[in-house]
Amino acid sequence: MIEVKELVKEYGDFRAVDGITFSVEKGEILGFLGPNGAGKTTTMRILTCFFPPTGGTAKVSGFDCFTESLEVRKRIGYLPESVPLYLDMKVKDYLEFAAALKGVESGEVDRKVARVMGECGIEHMAGRLIKELSKGYRQRVGLAQALVNDPEVLILDEPTIGLDPRQIIEIRKLIKELAGRRTVILSTHILPEVSMVCKRVIIINKGRLVAVDTPDNLTARVQGAGRVALGVRGPAEAIKERLETIRGVKKVVIDGRRDDGTMGLSVEFEKGVDPRPEIPEAIVGSGWDLLEMKTQELSLEDIFIRLITREEGMVQ
Amino acid sequence: MRNIYLIFSKELKSYFTSPIAYVVITIFLIITGYFFYNILATFSLISFQAETNPIIARQYNLLNINESVVRPLFGNISMIMLLMMPLLTMRLFAEEKKTGTIELLLTYPVKDVEVLVGKFLACVAVFGVMLFSTITYPVLLILLGEPEIGPIVTGYLGLFLLGVAFISLGIFTSSLTENQIVSATIAFGALIIFWLLSYSMLFAPPEIGRLISYISMTEHLESLAKGVLDTEDILYYVNFTLLFLFLTLRSIESRRWRG
Repeated sequence: MIEVKELVKEYGDFRAVDGITFSVEKGEILGFLGPNGAGKTTTMRILTCFFPPTGGTAKVSGFDCFTESLEVRKRIGYLPESVPLYLDMKVKDYLEFAAALKGVESGEVDRKVARVMGECGIEHMAGRLIKELSKGYRQRVGLAQALVNDPEVLILDEPTIGLDPRQIIEIRKLIKELAGRRTVILSTHILPEVSMVCKRVIIINKGRLVAVDTPDNLTARVQGAGRVALGVRGPAEAIKERLETIRGVKKVVIDGRRDDGTMGLSVEFEKGVDPRPEIPEAIVGSGWDLLEMKTQELSLEDIFIRLITREEGMVQ
Repeated sequence: MRNIYLIFSKELKSYFTSPIAYVVITIFLIITGYFFYNILATFSLISFQAETNPIIARQYNLLNINESVVRPLFGNISMIMLLMMPLLTMRLFAEEKKTGTIELLLTYPVKDVEVLVGKFLACVAVFGVMLFSTITYPVLLILLGEPEIGPIVTGYLGLFLLGVAFISLGIFTSSLTENQIVSATIAFGALIIFWLLSYSMLFAPPEIGRLISYISMTEHLESLAKGVLDTEDILYYVNFTLLFLFLTLRSIESRRWRG
């Protein structure tokens, strides 16, 4: 459905996208992960034919994004990160305008706009000016305009950024429902979002592809070993030394004293060993108090840092 | 065609849902009305004096309503148009660039040229309404006196072509920047230079003087306002418009190749 080969985009001397290759199957939801400035938006703008690549090719449904751009543009729905809408237009008027411009037949416009407003839950906002809407509703209108021509491919740039937690959950649910048989590319920098919505993830950094995998595999791949955080009352150094004698403990880091007077430590294990049952015993047995013990998931930042540093290490 | 119409009607609506069109047209009519009143009052005063006093009548041997009212009125209208048109054109692309809506618009299955023509025609339509509203002045003259109709018609044609040329230049400057004030300022500057170019004719050698007089916008309006329908003048405005529309198209497309 989407084929990207050796894609390169240069802004003057700066290489924003540097030889990215990937493909997306029909009906797949692909997550596009990367820190700010990684080249996510640039790749999406090439796929949506906003500008052509400096090198390489991008194809959507077999049409080249540069030479057959009108054909590609008929088949995509795009929601840019900033959700640019005509603020002085009413929701319904705007969607009718977008539908007609995206090639929906005149007789079909009313029906399709009504349908898409229903799907995105904005029927009751139809007569309101877009500038009067909250960020969450604007996001919905943005999604509605992307969907109004029933596109085969949906490209969403950070669709949940700037929303409150409740809105984020709603929009995620909406995207999942609306995806249906469509091919979706979704960029984000929130890992749980990816694992909730996407079947496959691409991680890019500094314009290069770092990893392509399922969210679970990716987490497993970089996680390797487990980690727990402890809250203990007692002498930090002594506790650290005691913990390090446990078999399978790789590293103990003292995080410092917390507000409630307990000492925070984090313990990292070696791969394939689980020394968790021995930890409470070691602490309580030495006469200290164990107040808290929590398994830590790797955050996206950790995964980024690991994948990215690994890659840079390889380059050197 | 459908895409051009869609962009056209959307732009036209946004001119009239925002106060821009009303404010510009109102101010335009107030100022031109003020000029019309003063020109006409002066003319009637002189006519009255000439009728009673033969010495004054000899001084003004050209007491002709076309020469003394219509032509200066057209000159004034064109000057006020110059001040108003950049205000109509400045938002056309600059606003979309600022708010980012241009990114969505240009990823819809619409050609750049369709977007441009739609916006251009919407602005021409607003200008058409604005210019047509001044028709009351010549109608009043026809009711009160006996002006020649021909020069009025060619004069309006000249004003219309001039306005359309202003619009094309204004759209071009709007496509260069995302700041509306910058767009309007460049448009003012460029238009005033095109306008005042004829001053340089006084000092230039004759060959260059001819060239300058051809490039200057005023010279071409003069002959049309006199009632001389010359294809050279019409072609000047048409070419001017096409040139700047072409440059605008290139400027929109520049996102494709600019780094």
